[in-house]
Amino acid sequence: MARVVAGLATSHVPAIGAAMDLGKTKESYWKPLFDGYEPARKWLADLNPDVIIMVYNDHGSAFSLEVIPTFAIGVAEKFLPADEGWGPRPVPAVHGHPGLAWHLAESLILNEFDMTIVNEMTVDHGLTVPLSIACGEQKNWPCPVIPLSVNVVQYPPPTGKRCFDLGRAIRKSVKTYDKDLKVVVFGTGGMSHQLHGERAGLINSEFDKNFLADLTRNPQRLIELPHIEYVREAGAEGIEMVMWLVMRGALDENAVEIYQHYHVPASNTATGLMILENQPLTV
Amino acid sequence: MSEFEDIPGTYLFDKDRCHDGYQFNMFCMSLVKPKNRQAFRSDEASYMDKWPLTESQRRSVLERDWLGMIKAGGNIYYTSKIAATDGRSFQFVAAAMSGVPEEEYRSMMMAGGRPVEGNRSKRETD
Repeated sequence: MARVVAGLATSHVPAIGAAMDLGKTKESYWKPLFDGYEPARKWLADLNPDVIIMVYNDHGSAFSLEVIPTFAIGVAEKFLPADEGWGPRPVPAVHGHPGLAWHLAESLILNEFDMTIVNEMTVDHGLTVPLSIACGEQKNWPCPVIPLSVNVVQYPPPTGKRCFDLGRAIRKSVKTYDKDLKVVVFGTGGMSHQLHGERAGLINSEFDKNFLADLTRNPQRLIELPHIEYVREAGAEGIEMVMWLVMRGALDENAVEIYQHYHVPASNTATGLMILENQPLTV
Repeated sequence: MSEFEDIPGTYLFDKDRCHDGYQFNMFCMSLVKPKNRQAFRSDEASYMDKWPLTESQRRSVLERDWLGMIKAGGNIYYTSKIAATDGRSFQFVAAAMSGVPEEEYRSMMMAGGRPVEGNRSKRETD
């Protein structure tokens, strides 16, 4: 049987991808951030998962305002990096896992999460930057990736509770897949940042640190956090953090924190990374 | 006034902004194709004629008034495609919207970013 063994949450700032693509990671501006990624890269390589379920958001790439799915799952064999206006990132194509992805789509819908099923889509920095952060520079990504996109661009995004419950449904659905797979769920976006308006550049480290602290042991507080709190306290675009709650919901209640890293700034953003692992199965 | 409108310097992309900005954002979206970026660069005004834009939307693009684009219904993830076409970063656009030179904005970010104190409510800033 397949099983969610761990979760990784991380920011997906496009400038982090650009810093890697342009070879700037050793520069003094970027070095402290990338140094903090090393333990996470080693952890993921050692764990060697069979599949990553990537909970992320599209930024007007695969989807536009024409159609705005709240939750969508990519079931294709392959997803190419999107051109977001700068040309596509020079990173490998992402290979999907149609078997598990279709199983998830069916199972989630029958569990009352009405997913949009996507056969063709490109993937933008929201998906490729977390892969770059967690895997480093690669000729091929180390395992198949199932894109699961969440609308956080058009108000309203799904509530924190809905995101957490989706995570729980993902955990349950993965368990009913009949192949023996180690699955890691990524939650991406955040942390505090605002990209638009006169308030651009807002950072709230206190909010972020409390979020990191409560994600493992007190997710209930975060589940109940209304959208206005994210927007006011963590910046309009900080609302992306609801996607971390999908990851948290996909892990067991007693999951343990393995690693965290927090750094300000990456371009306009406070960046965070957290790794949670489920306890080993007791026989 | 909605509780979101009470937050200073913030233009939540809600139903009204999506409605008013739909054509404008779809024009921005077209710039993800290299041939469209080229056509836009060679004649911005005629390129924009393909969309029924308002005068303020057109003007904000031609003048690269980044805050004006947001006020006219633009969404940052869409207007950033104009910035990308210009070879500009999110940080450049953010600095422009907050009305300071990019170097000053970058220093503010290096020093921990714009503080939330004093920026939660218009009642604090007015």
